Parts: sequence; structure tokens; C-alpha cells
Amino acid sequence: MTTAVIDSPILDLPKRRNYINAEYGFFSWLLTKDHKRIGILYMLAVTLLFLIGGFFAMMMRIELLTPEGDLLTSDTYNKFFTLHGIVMIFFFLIPAVPAVLGNFILPLMLGAKDLAFPRINLLSWYIYMIGAVLGLIIIITGGVDTGWTFYTPFSTQYSNTHVFTTTFAAFITGFSSILTGLNFIVTVHRMRAPGLTWFRLPLFVWALYATSIVMLLATPVLAVTLFLLMIERVLHVGIFDPNLGGDPLLYQHLFWFYSHPAVYIMILPAMGVASEVVAAFTRKKIFGYKFVAFSSLAIALLGFLVWAHHMFVAGISIYSAMIFSFLSYFVAVPSAIKVFNWTATLYKGSVSWQTPMLYILGFIGLFTIGGVTGLFLASLGLDVHVTDTYFVVAHFHYVMVGGVVMAYLAGIHYWWPKITGRMYPEWWARLAALLVFVGFNLTFLPQFVLGYLGMPRRYHAYAPEFQILNVMSSAGASVLAVGYALPLIYLVWSLWYGRPAGVNPWGAVGLEWTTASPPPQENFHETPVVTWDAYDYPSMLKAMGDTQNV
Amino acid sequence: MSDVVIHTEEHPHHPFLQHHFEDMQQQHEASTLGMWAFLTTEVLFFGGIFLGYTVYRLAYPDAWAAGAHFQNLTYGTLNTIVLLASSLTMALAVHAAQTGKRMKTFWLLAATLVLGSVFLGVKAVEYSLHFEEGLFPGSHFHYHGPLAPQIQLFMTFYFGMTGLHALHMVIGAGLLIWMMVRAWKGHFGEEYYSPVEIMGLYWHFVDLVWIFLFPLLYLIDRHK
Amino acid sequence: MMLSDFPLLPEQASTVAGDVDALFTFLCVVTGGVSILIFLVIFYLAVKYRRRPDNELATDEEPSKLLELTWIVIPFIFFMVVFVWGARLYFRMGRVPDNALEVYATGKQWMWKFQHPSGQREINTLHVPVNRPVRITMASEDVIHSLFFPYFRVKMDVLPSRYRSMWFQATKTGRYHIFCAEYCGTEHSGMTGWVEVMEPTDYQKWLAGGTEGSLASQGEKLFQKYACATCHMTDSTGRGPTLIGVYGSTVLLNDNSSVPADDNYIRESILNPQAKLVKGYGPIMPTFQGQVNEEELLKLLAYIKSIQHAPSSPAAAPFAGVAPMTNASTPPTGKMNQ
Repeated sequence: MTTAVIDSPILDLPKRRNYINAEYGFFSWLLTKDHKRIGILYMLAVTLLFLIGGFFAMMMRIELLTPEGDLLTSDTYNKFFTLHGIVMIFFFLIPAVPAVLGNFILPLMLGAKDLAFPRINLLSWYIYMIGAVLGLIIIITGGVDTGWTFYTPFSTQYSNTHVFTTTFAAFITGFSSILTGLNFIVTVHRMRAPGLTWFRLPLFVWALYATSIVMLLATPVLAVTLFLLMIERVLHVGIFDPNLGGDPLLYQHLFWFYSHPAVYIMILPAMGVASEVVAAFTRKKIFGYKFVAFSSLAIALLGFLVWAHHMFVAGISIYSAMIFSFLSYFVAVPSAIKVFNWTATLYKGSVSWQTPMLYILGFIGLFTIGGVTGLFLASLGLDVHVTDTYFVVAHFHYVMVGGVVMAYLAGIHYWWPKITGRMYPEWWARLAALLVFVGFNLTFLPQFVLGYLGMPRRYHAYAPEFQILNVMSSAGASVLAVGYALPLIYLVWSLWYGRPAGVNPWGAVGLEWTTASPPPQENFHETPVVTWDAYDYPSMLKAMGDTQNV
Repeated sequence: MSDVVIHTEEHPHHPFLQHHFEDMQQQHEASTLGMWAFLTTEVLFFGGIFLGYTVYRLAYPDAWAAGAHFQNLTYGTLNTIVLLASSLTMALAVHAAQTGKRMKTFWLLAATLVLGSVFLGVKAVEYSLHFEEGLFPGSHFHYHGPLAPQIQLFMTFYFGMTGLHALHMVIGAGLLIWMMVRAWKGHFGEEYYSPVEIMGLYWHFVDLVWIFLFPLLYLIDRHK
Repeated sequence: MMLSDFPLLPEQASTVAGDVDALFTFLCVVTGGVSILIFLVIFYLAVKYRRRPDNELATDEEPSKLLELTWIVIPFIFFMVVFVWGARLYFRMGRVPDNALEVYATGKQWMWKFQHPSGQREINTLHVPVNRPVRITMASEDVIHSLFFPYFRVKMDVLPSRYRSMWFQATKTGRYHIFCAEYCGTEHSGMTGWVEVMEPTDYQKWLAGGTEGSLASQGEKLFQKYACATCHMTDSTGRGPTLIGVYGSTVLLNDNSSVPADDNYIRESILNPQAKLVKGYGPIMPTFQGQVNEEELLKLLAYIKSIQHAPSSPAAAPFAGVAPMTNASTPPTGKMNQ
């Protein structure tokens, strides 16, 4: 490595103009309307909030090393798990894949110059940042202790922490997600390149489209629920307070009407990344393309019909519990379809064991475990015992961390050459992928056992017989933390020292791999015309000839 | 909707064509679809609060009937007429913009704005009356008859629902002023009128919400 | 390490525990087996078809509809089996046996209070006899709690708005955990206790210990203290309807609808008397919200339950609006969710 490149990462390498060197200066970023730059802005913000959320997680795991609550006071512990949940869900998991990777890649995949509404795209980032800054202010000025679910009447009448500000921050951030969803839907409908028909779309686009539908239909319900909660908190009226005539279960219904579909907002784009990566690293069309595409829509729609499975012991009637349990099994079918089809794609493929693929193979495994443990929770008689225990915590983290975060990391590594024009160091990246996979399982597998043994969630101190498993979990968490810290270091390193990537380092198909890395400001010098199906590797690779592996 | 949009012929660049769109038609279709998608979100947003209203109406029918009696039917009816009239002027404004009539567009938008402001004014009068009567929920609530907590709940929904509606009206009024400025500058014509059109969609939606609010809050159970 | 030192299942100490564990084990075996199978297949395929110079290009397979259909239909059938199994179990958990022993529970930040019909009160400890169904009627004084008996595999949220009831039948004597499973504030993790399952004879001995009189008699004192008896007299001459025989009957209301007079109806009539007025009576009763706490409510409830017959004159005049239910003598067979 020569010293000449040290002070100007990426910029000097491709001498052509690209979206990074097209304009200079602070405001050229803060006032940008370029979807690629907005994606980068999101990436920076989301990473920062992930670190904050991760800090709370680590503190909790350290506290749980011993059965007594000796490191943190119970109030502090309660605030930490609340903030961990709020930061990770509203500020990391929901925007991570769609707002970072989707923002950057969706127009490229469609052969479009930008999203349909670039100004609204920037607005959505600012709205997100207002919510995030409010969140940081809350953290600094004393936090909030309601749990991320804000259950009433605790949140409205009993908690004396910053409940109003926090719900307001979540309320605000919701609009960012609505605007992103709206932008994506219109973009997919109206901005596709000539010849790019619906069934030629990459599956990531299908996944983002399904996600956007959920964002558009579910998020406003959260907004109005939090609005009612804020009214109750400020005016001391009884919308959800039983002493004043309200019904606390109405809050739970409204909350889960959003928050169950919200898990699909998080997992659907992750599934889209999985499809892209599996196709690229087997050089094959995804097995059962249409089944995978429609399963995304099926998940998005069925996801709206299962919310009360969070309330089997909360006080709904025995018959509505049966209906919601029944419907919950329907939503498991499309998820199973995806897992089987990804697996079948490997058959007779050309499987490359590069980092993005390692993450996605891990993703399939962990998502499978997360998915099948969902069957336990959807089963009424069993849910009575395991709900509100660590079993739920483990299930949720298998889907959200084992699923979404693994896929996010896969996507970051897969598109990193496109985003920055540089390759990440493969050896270190594989090591990190391995550490994340091992650390994750060490952390969360014991929690399934803990949960079945009866340890309730959100416990600051616990019965002594649960200690061994908690220590195992905390030990695993430290491995996981190292696994997450590594990419942060080597990805930044690669900005300066990474090998130049070239147009298509993976030999992948898809419009994003036909333009320069990093792409020019207008994405494509000429609007591409699409004449092939998605993942048509055999004919694409022949057509591309020696442009692969530049 | 066509799956494939192919544009080959070169034509002069319209000043309001944004760089990332191929042509005016694509831009128009995108903004219209965007507004419809936004209105879908709005339906769910109001839907949540309508659901809450319905749940408690079923739980406390007597309080809900009593609550309707606290509403001033004259003001409510007046506002309904005013808002329907504003929808008419809005629709005419869209037509005027479409046919490139600059001053007509401007004045029809202005008429819509005036009617919208009348609505908000009447609403403000109603709110202040409720304040004086001690019907604003919270510490200002001074009604002590039977069913007081449930009537307070009704009034909470009344203020919540009409308040959100009024907020949409205020935003709409701001957008109307912006549209008036653009109309005055002669931005709109046969080729480019989508801002006025989607403004119209928004305005009609807000109007439609009121068409539900008026019977639910003022009329229903009034006979009881 | 001995396996017994490191259990994967908690002790089975109730009649449903074995069935819950059976379903759990079944699910573990099937889903675990399928998951491991998927991992093995993935690993095998990823190794077998790893990229080598001779397979730089993959072979596209035309997916067979039959294969897709197979892995849609077979999992779905399995899901339905799990659904039916789980639902039947839930149904059983929801149906309280008729001969259940009554216990009342109140959740309060951050303790569990239990009251027995015979008058015993205890905090964070619950004494129950072995091999006898126990029905717990419960409410919360503040936020939502959740009463969780992990060794009995039962749990139910405790609401501030109404009574709910759960039941279990312990099968082993011993001392077992009680946890609060719904987050309820600062000392949520301290809201724990023990259930003492005793031999029936020991339980009788324990019951005979010091008490302030039965729950119903304590309720009667409250009934006098709050001057309820000035309006709710033993016959229909009072300003309020008589309460004799009300519990378990069907009450005709002012709007000609009728409601069953169950726990929640009694509770609502004390806290929010205007909500459901008995036909023929005016809205004159003041609310006792804020005056009567949850424990007192339970005592009043126990008293009202106990007065099925007028004390002196057995030929009490039929009272307006109350028609005896066909099986008024048996306590309402509780559904889990009321």
C-alpha cells in the first residue's frame, strides 16, 4: 500500500466522478437528495444507535451474571432493558435493512435514477434523526422504564419517567418509516426500467415492496395509539385506565396491531437480502422464484391477522384466542416456503463460501430456529407457560438478531464494494461471521431453557437456580460483542486500504452490478433496458463475458 | 398501468420535470400514486381512533348519547355545509388548473382557503364554548352529573378526533397558500397540474373524515 | 455434572404440567429434527456444490410444483396438529373444576396478597392442599401483573379492571415458585413468592390457625361499616334491590337487558353503580371507587356470595328484577376469560 492513498479514501481511486466525489462539503451531504447519500446518512445513524442499544444489552448481561441485583439498581435495570428495546426496534431494526440497503440499492436494481420522491426521502431521514436525537436526550436526562411495549396503565398513570417524550419520539420516527414505505411503493410501481416487468424483479424488490405495504398500513395505527397514550398521560383521562372507565386491553390490541406486523417490517427485507445473496453465491436463479416472491406478500398480509397471539394470557376470550392461534399457523407457512426454497437453490449450484454467503447460511439456520420456536408460542396451551418468560426473549432474538442483523451484515458485505468501491478483507470478515454465529448461539440458546424453566423476562434479580444458564448467556454475549466490533473496524479500514472492487466483484447479475462502483450520481449513464429474468446467471454470465472478476 | 415504460422521442424539457423522471406523465403518475398511498396511511391513522370510539360507544351507550347532546348542532351543520362547499371549490380549482386558467385557479383556491378558515373559526368557537362549559377533559373537566367519567371519555374522543381533523385542515390551509402562490406565478397548465390535483385529493379526504365525524359525534343517539 | 443438577424441564407439580411438557417435547423433537435436517442438507449441499473450476456456472433447475406443494402441505398439516393439541390443552386449563377450592388474590406493586374464604390472609405465600383443584379469583390494585406458577405451568395476567380466575391442581407437596410475569415497575423482579402445597390434614391444621373470622363475616362487617344495609335490605322495601340470592342469578336491568350476577358484575356495581342499574331502581348509589380497596372488595364479594337465603324469614318476598338461575347454588363454572 502506498502512502499516497492514505489521506483520501476511495476518492482518488476511480478517477471518474461518482456519487461520493460529485460534490464536496458538509452541506452537500446534509442537503442531498441522492438516495445513495441518504442511504449512507442512514447507515451512520443506524450504526451509532446500534452501538447505544448494544451498550444497554451488555450492561444487562453483566448484571445478570449474578442472581442478586448488585451492579445496577432495579430502576436503572428497568430503564436499560426499556431503552435497549426502544433503540434497537424503533431506531435500528426497523430502518436498518430498508432505509440503509433498500435506499441505496432499490433504485439501482430498478434501473432508476433515484427514488420517486427524493425530497421526501431526505425528509424521512430528518424525521428519523429528530426521533433519534429526542431518544438521546431522553437517555441523557434520565431514561424511561415502561418496557418498549408501553403497557397501560403502568405507562400512563404509574411510571414517573420520560414516558411522554419517549412515546413522542417513537410517534415521530413512525412517520419516517411511513414516508420510506410510501416512497418505495411508488418507486417500484412507476420507476422500473423499460422491460423490467414484475416477474423480472429481484426478490429484494419484492421483499421491500411487501415491507412497504406493512409500513404504510401498520405504522399509522401505532401513531394513533401512541397519540391516545400521550393524551391520557397529559390530561389524566381514562382512555386505557380502568379506574376512569378505560380498557387496558384496548391498548394492547392497538399496540400489537402495529407491533406484530412491525416484526415483518424488520424480517421481510432481511429475507430479501437472503434471496439476493443465495442467488449470487450459488450463481443460480432462486428455486421457486414466484413462490418466494408471493410468500413475501402473503407474510405481509397474514401478518395483520395474528396480533392477539401476544395476548393469550392477557384477558381475551377463549374463542378469540383459538382464532388467533389458528391464524398464526398460517403465517408460518410462507416463512417455511422461503427456507425450503433457499435450501433447494443450493442444489447443483456453484456455492461460494464468501462472507455474505456465510452470514446468510447462518441466517437460514438461526431464522429456522426462531421460526419453529414461534410455533411453540402460537400453541395456546404451551404459550400459557412460556409467554412472558425468557423463551419469548430467545425466540424474538433468534428472529431479530439471528435473522435481521445477520442479513443486514450479509447485505452490508455483499454491497460494500458497490457502495464504497472497495473490497473488505475477506479473512477478517469470515472470522467475524463465525464469531457472530457462535456468540449468538451461546447467548440465546440457553435462554430457551431458562424460559421453559420459568424465568420471567425483565427480571433484574432472579432465583439462584437460574444462574448457570445466565452466566453461559453472558459469556456468549461477550463473543457476540467481539463479532460485531470486528466489521466496524475492518470496514472502516477498507475505505483506505481495501482492494478496488471493480464493477462486479462477485460475478453477480442484477442491474446494480452493471454500473460503476461506486455508482455515478445518476446511477446509470443510459437508462438500462431489461431483456432478461432475474438471476438468469447462465445467459448473463455469458453475455457479460470477461467483465466478471475484474 | 403499463409494466414497461419506454420513452424514445426527444421533446423539450418541461421546467418542472424533475431530473430523475423520464417525462411529465411518469412524474404525474408517481405523485398521484404517492398521494393515494399517503391517504391509505391516513385511513388507518383515523381508523385507530375510530375503533377506540366504537369500542367505548358500545361499552357506554348512555354516556355517548349524553355526549352528543353537548354538541352544538347549528355549528356542526354549518361547518358541514362550509366544508362540502370548499370541496366543490377545490374540485373546480383542479379543473381550472388542468385547463390552464391561471386566475380562475388562483381565486378558486382562495375560496377554498376562505371556506376552510371559516370551518376552523367555527371549530374554535365550539372549542371555547366547551372550555367554558367545563367539558375539556383533564383538570378543566367540571361536569359532575351521572356518568361523568364516561362523558369525559366521550369528550376526550371528541377533542382527539376533531383536533386531529383540524390539524389536517391547518396543514391543508398551508398547502393551499403554497398552491395559490404557484398558481399566481402561472406554474400550472395542461402539462403540469399534479400539485393542485393531489392537493385536491388531500382536501377531499379531510372533508370525508368530517362526513364521518359529524354524524358520529353530533347526530347519533341525539334522539335518546 | 449430574443431569439432575441441570434440569431442562422444571418439576412437574400439577395435573396439567405433564401434558404441557408432552406437547413441548413433541414440538422439540419434530421441529428440532426438521431444523437439524435442514442444517445438514444445507451443509451437505454447500460442500458438495462448492465453487470449483468445473462448476463456475450453476445448472438451473426448473422447480417442480409437486415439490413446492409438498413442503407447503406437510408443514401445514403438522401445524394443524400442533394447533389442535395446544387449543385442547388451553380449553382444559380454562375450565375450572366444579369442586375447586376458592382462593382470592390481589396483585399490588410489588406483592401478592392471598385471602382464603375461611379468613386467612397471607402475603407472597399461598398455602394449598395437594390433589385438590384450587381456583384463584384475582384482580390488581394498580397496574397489570401476571400470576405465574412455573411448576404448575399456568399463568394469567391480573388486570386492574376486572376479576379473572385461573385454577390448578397440585400433585406433589412441596414449596414452589410464584413469579410476577408481567412487567409492573421498579420491584417487578421482587414480586415473587412461594406456594406451599400441603397434605390435606396439614392444610386443615393450617386453616385452623388464627384468623379474624371468615372472609364472608369480615365482608358482613364492611357491609355494615359502609352502611350498605340501609338501602340493600333483606327484603324489597329498601331504596336499593336486596342482595339476597343475587349472586349467581340473572339480573334484569333498566334497559330490559339482563346480565348474570357474577364476580365482575358485583365488582362493577360497587365501583361504578350507574353502569348497570337494576330495573325499577334509580341512579342514587354513590360510587365506592377509591374508598374500598381490592381486599375489601373481595370480602364484600365473599359476603354477597354467602347470603343466598334471608336470615330469618325464609319466605322473603320475591324481589324485583331478580330471577333465580337454574343452577344458582353451584358457583358459576368459570371460563378462564370472563
